[in-house]
Amino acid sequence: MAEAASVLDGARYTGFVTVADAGLRGMITLRGDLASDAVAGAVKDAVGLGVPGQRRVHAHGDRAVAWMSPDELLVMVPYADASEVAGKLAQALAGAFATVANVSDARAVFTLSGAAADDALCKLCPVDFAQLGAGEIRRTRAAQVAVALWRSGEGEVTLVCFRSVAEYVFGLLRNAAAPGGELR
Amino acid sequence: MLLLTCPHCGVTAEETEFAPGGEAHLKRFGPGSDDDAFEAYMFNRKNPMGVHFERWRHAYGCGKWFIAARCTVTLEVFGTYPAQTTEPPAGIVETIKAKRPEWEGYK
Amino acid sequence: MSRRLASGGRLIDRARPLKFTFNDQHMSGFAGDTLASAMLGRGQVLAGRSFKYHRPRGVVASGAEEPNALVGLGKGERFEPNQRTTTTELFDGLSATSQNHWPSLEFDLLAANNLVPQFLTAGFYYKTFLRPRAFWKHVYEPIIRRSAGLGRAPDAESRDPDRYELVYGFADVLVIGGGVAGLQAALAAGRAGARVMLWEQTAHWGGRAPVDGVEIDGQPADSWIKSAVEALEGMENVSLRLRCMGAGVHDHGYVLGNERVADHLPGASGPRQRLWRVRADRVITATGAIERPLSFAGNDLPGVMLASAVRDYVVNWAVSPGRTVVVTNNDDAYRTAIALKEAGEDVPVIADARDEATGALPQKARDLGIRIMTGTGVQKVKGGKTVTGVALCRIDSDGSTHTEVLDCDAVAMSGGWSPVVHLWSHCGGKLIWDDAQAFFRPDPDRPPLGHDGAGFVACAGAASGALGAGDGLADAHAAGAAAARDTGATGDAGHPARAEAPEEAPLRQVWIMPARAGYALRMKMWLDFQNDVKVSDVQLAAREGYHSVEHTKRYTTLGMATDQGKLSNINGLAVLSDALDQPIPATGTTTFRPPYTPITLGAISGEAKGDLFQPLRRTPMHDWHAANGVHWEPVGQWRRPFAYLRAGEDVHQSVNREVLNARSNIGLLDASTLGKILVSGPDAGRFLDMLYTNMMSTLRPGKCRYGLMCNENGFLMDDGVVARLDEQSFLVHTTSGGADHIHGWMEDWLQCEWWDWKVHTVNLTEQFAQIAVVGPKARALLERLGGMDLSREALPFMGWAEGTLGGVRARVFRISFSGELSFEVAVPAAQGRAFWDMLLHQGRDLGVMPYGTEALHILRAEKGFIMIGDETDGTVIPQDLNLNWAISKKKDDFLGKRGMERVAMTDPDRWKLVGLETLDGSVLPHGALAVVEGVNANGQAQTEGRVTSSYYSATLGRGIAMALVRRGPDRMGEVLRFAGAHDARIEARIVDPVLHDKDGEKLHG
Repeated sequence: MAEAASVLDGARYTGFVTVADAGLRGMITLRGDLASDAVAGAVKDAVGLGVPGQRRVHAHGDRAVAWMSPDELLVMVPYADASEVAGKLAQALAGAFATVANVSDARAVFTLSGAAADDALCKLCPVDFAQLGAGEIRRTRAAQVAVALWRSGEGEVTLVCFRSVAEYVFGLLRNAAAPGGELR
Repeated sequence: MLLLTCPHCGVTAEETEFAPGGEAHLKRFGPGSDDDAFEAYMFNRKNPMGVHFERWRHAYGCGKWFIAARCTVTLEVFGTYPAQTTEPPAGIVETIKAKRPEWEGYK
Repeated sequence: MSRRLASGGRLIDRARPLKFTFNDQHMSGFAGDTLASAMLGRGQVLAGRSFKYHRPRGVVASGAEEPNALVGLGKGERFEPNQRTTTTELFDGLSATSQNHWPSLEFDLLAANNLVPQFLTAGFYYKTFLRPRAFWKHVYEPIIRRSAGLGRAPDAESRDPDRYELVYGFADVLVIGGGVAGLQAALAAGRAGARVMLWEQTAHWGGRAPVDGVEIDGQPADSWIKSAVEALEGMENVSLRLRCMGAGVHDHGYVLGNERVADHLPGASGPRQRLWRVRADRVITATGAIERPLSFAGNDLPGVMLASAVRDYVVNWAVSPGRTVVVTNNDDAYRTAIALKEAGEDVPVIADARDEATGALPQKARDLGIRIMTGTGVQKVKGGKTVTGVALCRIDSDGSTHTEVLDCDAVAMSGGWSPVVHLWSHCGGKLIWDDAQAFFRPDPDRPPLGHDGAGFVACAGAASGALGAGDGLADAHAAGAAAARDTGATGDAGHPARAEAPEEAPLRQVWIMPARAGYALRMKMWLDFQNDVKVSDVQLAAREGYHSVEHTKRYTTLGMATDQGKLSNINGLAVLSDALDQPIPATGTTTFRPPYTPITLGAISGEAKGDLFQPLRRTPMHDWHAANGVHWEPVGQWRRPFAYLRAGEDVHQSVNREVLNARSNIGLLDASTLGKILVSGPDAGRFLDMLYTNMMSTLRPGKCRYGLMCNENGFLMDDGVVARLDEQSFLVHTTSGGADHIHGWMEDWLQCEWWDWKVHTVNLTEQFAQIAVVGPKARALLERLGGMDLSREALPFMGWAEGTLGGVRARVFRISFSGELSFEVAVPAAQGRAFWDMLLHQGRDLGVMPYGTEALHILRAEKGFIMIGDETDGTVIPQDLNLNWAISKKKDDFLGKRGMERVAMTDPDRWKLVGLETLDGSVLPHGALAVVEGVNANGQAQTEGRVTSSYYSATLGRGIAMALVRRGPDRMGEVLRFAGAHDARIEARIVDPVLHDKDGEKLHG
């Protein structure tokens, strides 16, 4: 049978921060009028969360919704549920001007854990991490590729990139987290 | 390297997160337009020393296009606004006039 | 002779001796030494040879401004040329070699240049090597390259093994310079509550104040510095960084800092250097001032040093240059004489250019028994490889006679101080000339402007012209407090520390010494030590009409060396001003450019080397390719298999095998890199009608259509197959490199032109692994997987279907880019590799065989299919490629329609697509031009066409090609001549580009 596999297959690296492949995650792009009742209802029904405001991410358990742009959300669920949730969303939004697409396979997800996670990330992303609060998603670049990241727990940052550059990003993160690179 | 604020997602970020798109507020001339109008649409671009309006895409962010009003001499940014408009918003024009009284105005 | 003093040295730890080598001689110094202090401490005054004249050179300065004492550091892959000994911290095992000498440092044959220095005057290259013309390349240039120059470049084949990194930093207030002014500014801003970053380029806080014996708040400078640093370290909103040089100040508060994390700790884990890329709301440059040399004959001899540097060596490192004559035009240099005397060293005389020396410092020197001669300057310095003595003369004389000759080991000179205004100036801060203090200082009314139009840089302390410690601290406090306030900090900035320092009398402006020196002296007065530029050179340039300082700089090379003229600029432009008989501000300065001192390329590139040099995009099947003999082809950032080599094959044999197998059995192509963009919404059809030249809105769900995309010029930019998914959605396939660009193109039109249209796009390129299953047995293989009816009836050519194949959700597109029976199967990327493996396994007995991009190209070329980027080059319209059938005549408008109507686009003489058949069956060179008799205005052969694609066709057993040829389709059968290598001409006949399965029986099979 054709098992689904994340690019890095659970790879892990421990430097002054631990970098880990978070495995496959169900991700659904939802484009539409984020202020509409239709979208709010569909998202609520699908994952039980409200529509986040500008640059916010709402999370509960293994489900999350992130604000990606003024007309785009990223709905996150367990990988195995993505197809079904995407189908539900599409059905709920059938009458509205909205687009739902399963993008679970197009992404790679990493977690960085450790108190100094920001010190590793600030070597790659032109982002003021001191200003990045809990519940905020920041889309930016890590070195030469696009990423999105947010604080997913105490001392933990989740970072999403495109699948094709997963090994590049893992290499970047390993390098940035290598021992001796602490910023004091 | 510029700092710009994306009016769509509110992020202030450095130039490397954006992609430039040239002069803003161009009017498209398609089939039926005369050669002069088409040529101007395609090729004739302003290159002012001073106030300028230019398109930027938040390429590494929300992906949205916006317009930055800035001074090409001092690089001062007067403001940014979403691209869904055919001319600069009144507030931006006012800001520029206050800071650059000698500016001849938009168009 | 310079040597280590028996006691003292505030920065060295005598309990920790360190060993190093200089030119393979074993030497030792102490922890805390710089390479310069360690070398001087053991008597090594001679450090290198000069750029043009190979004159012996020694240390002049004690910091980043050092022009002379440059060495090669390290060995092998860690070798680095042109490193300043004055800023190199000593470590155990350091290895240094001197530069630019032949055969040895002590004995340099090329110092013969020195015997005829008039031979190498300003502009001499331009004047001397004009004729005979051929001599430049073969005679003059090799000789000059041998004799001139500094360090050798590292071996081109070696690779720097060290790690470097970039860091993005943010601050409200960035203070550059950790002297007492910088500390004071940081204290003020930090107390006020701003987020502060403080950088110091050396390994020590406090700058010059401890050396100059300044008292701050009633305590010695050292203890105030210690408590200031402790206070700053105790503030959560302040971060401090030593060994971090502010390299450049750029637009909108962008500042580069070069942190030498482990240059002094070889073998330490972690990065060797960091490049900080900081955004600061406000920048305070507390970069101090640099002492100016005096221009007297022989001022470049080893042993002639800046007075402040002599003081630094004595106080910081307990190194004395020996018996030292002090030459000055100001009070400050007296501190050096006093420091030497207090250390027990001999100072035979202080020669002061001024008519009187009556201030507190001269008085203290007198009290110590030092002889002071006023109205006196240096006639010339005596000595060969080091100073042996000095002849003094009246300052206002022509220097033809001396008043006295003294034996000495060293000369400590001071021509006054210049604020370090580099960082202020990088981003447009303006300067004003301060005639009383004889320097350019920042004009606070004309600062560099930030994104909000407000000034964002302020200078503090000596950098702003406040040379005295007391004034400097007050100035720095004000700058720090104001900067914090500007960023919205509201806390109490506290009070500035108070410094006690003796009052100093005004200096006398002295630009050459003695004032009326004749040519023989002036041609021995060095301005730019590193580039060997002398007073006489600048004067010559002025006589020859170089009146602009920027022109003089380039003509004489003054200030163009690696030190960027930190010591020479002001002296040089003063000499130029004098020669032009105009005041110094009328001459102006040259432009200060970043970086402040050179930064290694390793730090600039950061992590981007080796595997991380650039992102490499991998398809889900990447690892299979890598394990199966792949020969890669870069396509944008993707890596695609060009071909898969089997044992004993060369790449051409592999390609031919892959082509033949696809035509006879089954080929598999990893097509995952194809762009896949979902275009959805009520106006999606209308939108695609604008994007494509043909009609897309009429496409029925379940069907596919090939389409062309042009830019507004009408030039082709992309092509591909569009599948209609349902009433409102289309899946647009783009070329492999084109997905991001086309997605951006769509969003541009949707957001900026037709923002009222209801269309969404989603880039799904990486969601799917896509595999082309190609060849007469393709259907048999897919049917074997089971799950979908892929018969000709159920899924005809240019249809698509969705279902499950071998247990995997799949979309199957019945399309062909090869001319064969072909299916493109899209499966979720995470199952792509497994699906690929399944196809290989299930199709083994059917002859399944992956093929690469070269086979793909050949297969399509045999069918006459165009390839964006081969047949197009950004100037080709669809009509050039005989694709008129794909241009809708029903549509009023589409992108590019108006552009295609222009006169030049409808010219019947345009080059158009044809096939080519070489008469001898050979393969035409790619890009070969069809030449005709005659030459154009530039003397080049006239041309009438060019080859756009050319391959060996294994199917046909000969070379095939496509070309754009003037009126090509009208000239079927004609023979053209194409230019090959070495003036060869290859004859080829114009034929129909479709060479394989002209009736499309296989295609529709």
